[in-house]
Order: sequence, then structure tokens, then C-alpha cells
Amino acid sequence: MRITGLILILLLGGLLIYGALDFPIWGDPQSPASNHLSPYYIEHTMTDTSVPNVVTSVLADYRGYDTMFETVVIFTAGIVSFFLLRIFKKAVPESRLYRHIPTGVTLRIEKGGKVPDESNHFERIDSVWIPYDLVIRTTCRMIIPFIQIFALYVIAHGHHSPGGGFQGGVIFGASVVLFAIGFNLRQAIKQLGEKFVTFMCALGVSIYAGTGIFCVLMKSKYLDYSALAALFGTDPVTARSHGILIVEIGVGIAVMAAMIMLYYNLASAGKHDEGL
Amino acid sequence: MNDVLTFIISRSNYIIYILLMMLGMYGIFAKKNYMKKIIGMNILQTAIILFFISISAKRGATIPILEIHNDHGTHATAQAINYINPLPHVLMLTAIVVAVATLGVALAMAIKIYTDFKTIEEDKILSELEKNAKNENG
Amino acid sequence: MIWQIELIILVLVVLFGIGALAVKDLLSAAILFGAYSFMLCLLWAIMGAVDVAFTEASVGAGISTVLFVAAVLRTTRRTDD
Repeated sequence: MRITGLILILLLGGLLIYGALDFPIWGDPQSPASNHLSPYYIEHTMTDTSVPNVVTSVLADYRGYDTMFETVVIFTAGIVSFFLLRIFKKAVPESRLYRHIPTGVTLRIEKGGKVPDESNHFERIDSVWIPYDLVIRTTCRMIIPFIQIFALYVIAHGHHSPGGGFQGGVIFGASVVLFAIGFNLRQAIKQLGEKFVTFMCALGVSIYAGTGIFCVLMKSKYLDYSALAALFGTDPVTARSHGILIVEIGVGIAVMAAMIMLYYNLASAGKHDEGL
Repeated sequence: MNDVLTFIISRSNYIIYILLMMLGMYGIFAKKNYMKKIIGMNILQTAIILFFISISAKRGATIPILEIHNDHGTHATAQAINYINPLPHVLMLTAIVVAVATLGVALAMAIKIYTDFKTIEEDKILSELEKNAKNENG
Repeated sequence: MIWQIELIILVLVVLFGIGALAVKDLLSAAILFGAYSFMLCLLWAIMGAVDVAFTEASVGAGISTVLFVAAVLRTTRRTDD
């Protein structure tokens, strides 16, 4: 298998290099890819949507359908990870570790033993024993708000600089993942529950699709944001800019929730018990 | 010889994309471990992304964020020759996010396989499946 | 676009890719794959695709690596190939 694979791959590489002989030289301004559709986008994005970042305007306005179904793909991935891995049956673990907070003593409670209540005095810790991680916890606590504000900035400022819903959503999700790693998974799930996250994921997709349906209700085409001009009280060009922002927020929410769902399910193998 | 050198210099990105694509394919074909297969799949995806970004590059052009500061840009129109082609960027931006979605699903399947078979090596799983089939028949 | 930097990064991309596939320890493979993604992110920033570079930095080098490490810890770390 290894030899057959190698021969096939070398054959493929030879064919591709033969094909690459006909490619335009790297960086050629007259290459066919840059001559047909993209000049229209670059020259008309300001007059059509008043968004200077061409990537954002093409992503959310000119090719809005593409991005909408991309968001649906992300949503599907989150749902699939849930259905593949989630185990609801609460198996009693072999032994559990608890830490007595005032003294820092770690207790190991065997199967069948009396488990202390979650209170201010006892805290459950993962079975991979971790020492007192004061530095990590304090750093996480201080850095997470800034990460979240940066994520919101990235979503909101996608019109004028690199960024947008996908990046901002992923960064926001990463802040929750950092919380789950720095503290523990149970605490993260207590803060952002599974139902809430799934709801947010569906909400993001619904915001995107709902914007399109709203445009249809305003007697225009699906995802034609200029129909929202009456709603915002602006001219159609600015309305398209605002419509892109709404759509980006929807994308951001959906991507954030999907990333958190993927992490919850993968890190605990579906048990939502002990994380990374 | 000179032709080969000009080909390599003027199309170095394409050669790297072909190398990465072969590497990813090799990972999917020849590696027995599912994690390695998943890494190979991701390398294959990034090779395609590298190809698309390479055809979007333009010599002497800047990033596709327009530098027009009046309200609606009605006075100055942007010249397409001055900006890098944004269309492949858009396609690949979404492709990267889909790549992480497929990665998540693939890893979920790997974990599921591990909980069922206690291994993620393909040959061991196949031999175990054969053994199970024999037991059922005989 | 400085061609020396681009050449170095292109070589590093291939090296990290080979390393991620060749190394026997799956946790190392996950980390090398993160490094590979980050090199690609630099490459795209050089080639002027800033949005793609941003996405790759947050998705490829960030979340993907975390998911990989999580999956490796939930399965096994050793492999024979």
C-alpha cells in the first residue's frame, strides 16, 4: 500500500507540474483570474456598499449565499460533534479528587465513598492531578476580558480593516476555551451551558437567514440589504453597509458557539465531566 | 537547464503547492494512524488554499482595502490594477473555517472509534473487524 | 514582498509539514501542525491576503491546535508510523 501510494502520488505530482508549466507567472497583473470578475468588485464596492474592505463586502454582500451556507456548515459540524460523542449516562467514576480550599489538602475519594457537596470549602479537581495554579488562573482572569473586547472589535471593525464575523467569532470562542483550560471544564459549562451554546449557534444562523427573509418582506430580493434603508432611515448604500454588519454579527455568534461546542465535546469525549 | 531555473523562480509558489499536495495525499494514503490521516487531510486543504492565494497575487499591488476617505467614493474610483484580487481571498477565508469544521468532525469520529476499539491504528481495527466477522459466521 | 523571507517561509512550511507527518509522537505532531499553520499565516500576510492570514492565525494556529491536543489526550499519544 505504501509503495502503491507513493507511485500514484509521484504520478500526480508529475501531472500537476506539467500543468503548472501553463500557469501565469506568479504576480502577473494580466493573469486570467484577475481580469474578469474581481475588477468589478474593486471598482464598485465603494459606490455600491461604502465598505472599503473589499473582502468583507464580497463575503457578506455580493456572495452572501455562499457565506450563509458556510455558516450552516459550521452549525452542522457543531451538531455532528454533539450527536457523535455526547454521552448522557452518568457513569460513576473510579475515584474522584477533591481539594479542601482553606488548607489546600487534596482528598482522593474511592468508588462508593461519600462525596462532599460542591461548596466554598471543597472543590472538585480533574483526575490528572494539577497543583495549585494561582498564576494561570489570575492570568486567565485578567486576559479573558481583553480577548473578548478584541473579538467584538474585530467583528465590528471588519468594514475598515481585516476582520469580520469568522475571525471575531473564533477569537471569542477561543476566550471561552482558554477559560475552560485555565480553570476547568465543569466551571466553563456552568457559565456557558450546553443548551445556551446550542441555542446561540442556531440563533446566529437564524440572524443571517432572517435578514434575508426580512429583505424579501420589504419587497426586494433575498439578502439585498438596500431594502433595509427605510428601517435604518438611511440611503440604500449605507443600508447595505449596516446589513453587512448585522450579517457579520450573526456569523460571529454562530461560529463562536460552534467552536465552544466542538471543544466541549472533544475535550471531554462527550461526558462533559473532565476536560483538558 | 535555464528553462528549468526560470520555471522554478517564476512559479515557486506553484511548486510548493504541488509538494504540499503530494505530502497531504501521501499522509492520507500511506499512514495507518487516523490522527496522521487527519493531519494529511488538513495539509491537502491548505495546499489548495495556497494555490488559490497564489493566483490572486499581483506584482506592485497593495492589500484589498481601499484608501478612499470621502463618504461614498463617488469622486474617486479605485483602479483594479492597484489592488490584489480579493475574490480568491473570500473563497479561501470560508474554506479555512470549513476546514476547522471538518477537522472537528474528523476528530470526533477518531475519538468515537477509540472508545469502541481502544486503538486508532487502521490495520489493527481491520484485523479486529475480520475477527468479529469470523466469530459471527462460525 | 521580500523574496528572501518568502523563500525561507516556503521551505519552513514544507519542513513543518513533513515533520508533522513523520514524527512518532502524536502530541508533537499536533504542535508541529500548529507551527505549520502559523508559517502559512505568515506566508499569506506576505502575499497580501490579510483577511486570510487573520483567519488562519485564529483558526488554524489557534483552535485547530487546541482541538488536536484535546483529541490526542482523549485517545492515545503513541503511534508506530
